[in-house]
Amino acid sequence: MKLNERSVAHYATCDSPADHAGFLRKRVERHHHHAHHHHATSYQRRWFVLKGNLLFYFEEKESREPVGLVVLEGCTVELCEAAEEFAFAIRFDDAGARAYVLVADGQAAMEAWVKALSRASFDYMRLVVRELEKQLEEASKTLARHLSNPALLPLQEKPTVLENGYSTWGSGGGVPGGAACPDRDGGHVKPPPLPPRRRSAVGSTACFSKLHIPVLVASSPGTDRALQSPQPPGNTTTTTQEYSPLLKRLYFRWTKHSFFFFFFFKEAVLHAPLFYVRNLCYAFHDVVNVCILCRGAE
Amino acid sequence: MRYNERELLSLARQPAEKAAEVLMRLPKKGSGERETVALAGGTGQTFSPGLFQPIGALLLEQCRIIKEEENVFSISFVEEPERKYCFECDSEEQCQEWIEALKRASYEFMRRSLIFYRNEIQKMTGKDPLEQYGISEEARFQLGTHKQ
Repeated sequence: MKLNERSVAHYATCDSPADHAGFLRKRVERHHHHAHHHHATSYQRRWFVLKGNLLFYFEEKESREPVGLVVLEGCTVELCEAAEEFAFAIRFDDAGARAYVLVADGQAAMEAWVKALSRASFDYMRLVVRELEKQLEEASKTLARHLSNPALLPLQEKPTVLENGYSTWGSGGGVPGGAACPDRDGGHVKPPPLPPRRRSAVGSTACFSKLHIPVLVASSPGTDRALQSPQPPGNTTTTTQEYSPLLKRLYFRWTKHSFFFFFFFKEAVLHAPLFYVRNLCYAFHDVVNVCILCRGAE
Repeated sequence: MRYNERELLSLARQPAEKAAEVLMRLPKKGSGERETVALAGGTGQTFSPGLFQPIGALLLEQCRIIKEEENVFSISFVEEPERKYCFECDSEEQCQEWIEALKRASYEFMRRSLIFYRNEIQKMTGKDPLEQYGISEEARFQLGTHKQ
């Protein structure tokens, strides 16, 4: 499939600021020709630049052209199990698609990347914009009521759209171009937008086995039902996730006793690095998105 | 430059925001080919001859969308403004619809809208609406950080 590569590559290196950048080690994916997968995983250090929903990677920080690009639509970002510490993966809904396994230099770097990437998609942006649009409408109505004189409340002009990437503010004048999406539904209250979750149902319902299970996405804090995965608004494909019985018990315990869960988790998951558990605590208190990976207790 | 083509393809197969068959002229070729053009996923425009197999995609960042002659609009990119992808629609109305839809389709536009709404809500209510999502500190949402 053809892509306007030159323009895209230009976008990567032009002086518009990146949303996030840094060195990451990228796992090299090899094709396995033999039956038993005898592979030594190797990693390549690359300079990664995130702009919007495009993740570029360069051989060096000073390279003039990216070596590759990952379009971040329809993907989820998860912590992942790898021989390496501070590893995370970008996975796509398409079951057969490859995953990009990346390794950060440290805890903080990893968390920053996971956050940045999981919110990078255009879909996510659009959800937030729609939500804000609604809030603005409500806020103006409320304000108008309080003032009881709507004439005192001029709505500001929306950004004038001239050209893509060139839209400017109407300073004192401007056509309300609007960001209204034609298919918005009216009046439907939605929960705060979450970064997209993995859509495919988890296959194994057996106890926690072998492979990592990206599972828990907590929504707003403080609700007992926080762990029942509200449907992400705007998704056209919805899935129900099958959770293993063990994981269900974890949920239950978590909502009641976070410390118990802490303890339980540590016991159940051998060798789990502490940062998994710490993320749970973050999630309990202040959450937009948490992905937790549980490894099977073998 | 390598890219995750497979994922782009699956993006192309998802319900499009807008799709139509228009006459498309690639910059170098003289005559046009009748192609189906679809706007998908906000930043990609994919075009396919049949129903299922996209033959190409245009990532809509740093591009200019201009009305050309009647029923025709073009997309060109910043670094090569003379190189235009032209699209001839069936009617003037359709042409305008496409131009509007495409202009709104960039990530940049979304981002600016977000900042705009955030600012407005903050002015009106005194509260930052992004705080509840925990994204108020993100650089990309700050006023004035990106050049216009």
